[in-house]
Amino acid sequence: MKNFIKAFVFGLATVSISVLASSGGANLDHANNDLTDKESLKNGFKTYINYCLGCHQLQYQRYNRTFKDLGIEEADGVENYMYTGEKAGDHITNTMPTKEAAKWFGSAPPDLTLEARLRSPDWIYTYLRSFYMDDKRPFGVNNKVFKDVGMPHVLQDLQGVSSVDEHGNITPAMGGSLTTEEYDIVVRDLTNFLEYVGEPSKLERESMGYNVLIFLFIFFIISYFLKKEYWKDVH
Amino acid sequence: MLANFMAWIDKRLPVTDAWNKHLAQYPAPKNFNFWYFFGSLAMLVLVNQILTGVWLTMSYEPSGDGAFASVEYIMRDVDYGWLLRYMHSTGASAFFIVVYLHMMRGLMYGSYQKPRELLWIFGMLIFLVLMAEAFMGYLLPWGNMSYWGAQVIISLFGTIPIIGDDLTLWIRGDYVISGATLNRFFALHVIAMPLVLVILVFLHILALHEVGSNNPEGTDVKKPKGSIKPEDQSKFKFHKQYTDKYDIVDAIPFHPYYSVKDIMGVAGFLIIFCWVMFFAPDGGGYFIEAPNFEPANGLKTPEHIVPVWYFGPFFTVLRIVPDPLFGTMAMFGAIIVLFLLPWFDRGVVKSVKYRSKLHFINLTQFSISFIVLGVLGTMPATPTANLIGIVAAFGYFGFFVALWVYSKNEKCKPVPERVSH
Repeated sequence: MKNFIKAFVFGLATVSISVLASSGGANLDHANNDLTDKESLKNGFKTYINYCLGCHQLQYQRYNRTFKDLGIEEADGVENYMYTGEKAGDHITNTMPTKEAAKWFGSAPPDLTLEARLRSPDWIYTYLRSFYMDDKRPFGVNNKVFKDVGMPHVLQDLQGVSSVDEHGNITPAMGGSLTTEEYDIVVRDLTNFLEYVGEPSKLERESMGYNVLIFLFIFFIISYFLKKEYWKDVH
Repeated sequence: MLANFMAWIDKRLPVTDAWNKHLAQYPAPKNFNFWYFFGSLAMLVLVNQILTGVWLTMSYEPSGDGAFASVEYIMRDVDYGWLLRYMHSTGASAFFIVVYLHMMRGLMYGSYQKPRELLWIFGMLIFLVLMAEAFMGYLLPWGNMSYWGAQVIISLFGTIPIIGDDLTLWIRGDYVISGATLNRFFALHVIAMPLVLVILVFLHILALHEVGSNNPEGTDVKKPKGSIKPEDQSKFKFHKQYTDKYDIVDAIPFHPYYSVKDIMGVAGFLIIFCWVMFFAPDGGGYFIEAPNFEPANGLKTPEHIVPVWYFGPFFTVLRIVPDPLFGTMAMFGAIIVLFLLPWFDRGVVKSVKYRSKLHFINLTQFSISFIVLGVLGTMPATPTANLIGIVAAFGYFGFFVALWVYSKNEKCKPVPERVSH
């Protein structure tokens, strides 16, 4: 038995290695996303269509799937979220020519379907709140999270412009149409939406997971007693 | 009716006989512990990989242009496609976890020792093919880590003198990793490797049943015919293939005793498996790495190229050697020594329970070294990591050398004739 315990510790150590969580993403603010908040997702979707889609496609995600998951009636969705005459079953794409775009911005604007999974929602949330004035850059802005990013500050109308003080900290933005709190909410909704788009089946996955685990616990107990019953002959 | 039907079949194919020989009347030692779950669990995961793999293949598109998008199509548009994909990706990591634990069991209880050398070799071949299978499968999502991971591993073959460059060209089917590489990896991943894997598993089990299962005591439950009094023999009925040659003690039929026990093991395993699969399918960035959410891009190298966690120990061995050729040789050497383990160990006592303190310490340091090598393999290379890696690699290879030295005249405890409980 002593050996068995030692043996078990070996095993546990081996398994725990694989479960070690990855750290990283230091100094990022927390988006505190809530995928069940449909209003937030709808707002984020709207912001995406209005400000991001011109350059960044969601080429793996379809409009009608998004409508369904966000609780938008299809007719309603076609009218309010689709401006360029696509069909509801189409992917969320734009018509920006990739080669030209690479010339305009230094590199072609990436597809953002999986951005939340590639970089994490907190990264997106912090990135969109970290633009500051920098005259050395082509669009007059730079970013604290993504240095020398090729993208202009598209939400500048909303946030206004920040600059960096002598300590390297970002000063509060000035001249935008929204207050800092309002802007953070807009960005948070957008981040929430991008997390949803990264994995549209996430909520379904988790709710199925609870049911499966409950079933398995019951199954485990039954199989334990079944084993015990059979093994009466052995001892 | 059913009896008639079975009689009809049995006259033409010995189904009932095979069932009895390998399951209902197979003598399994009655003292299997926790470590003996992992063989049947490996089988379960293999079946999971094959079934989910077949269904994934129905919607996957093996081409450089279409692969990445088709995986997202599976994740979004195919009914329960996300479930199939996560079962397959989590299953890949689970496969290595159960196989590593299964191998650890063999090390602890000397299950590789005479007469089970061939059984061990088949097991090691399964491990080798499994690594090839996993490596090729990892390219298929055509993410950026898929691409660069494959780039690094394939370039290892380029370190071989004279034929190296031609060999890498032959493996890739192109001057860089491209759609041509993807297509051939797909063919090998879905047809060639699984076929070989299934055949090897079949042989592994046949070889096991020929020599019989070892157990935590390392004693034999098959005694010479006529050496055991009838009242001391196992009271269960075993197949005549075993009882004709041996007197069986302390054994029970695999079915139903271990089949019901393994069902319990399966339930326990599935709780952990499903917990990861439903709530953390990317395994904290280890089972599905973040750079793989971006399509393969030959011009954009991920910040840290590290292979998937299960290659970690071998990758570290490769990395700590400054010369690429010797590094590659060390890496393959780390696998070859495992193949030769039955001949490194010159002892006769199997179980670590009855072997010397030195053996216990050696086995412990080996396990720790292996884990340390694995952890380092998932981290970026730094001078400190390199130094720790060298120490751990010495521990890894030192295990075999030390074993060879002390096992000849090892001071072991007396092994009981019979399983005690």
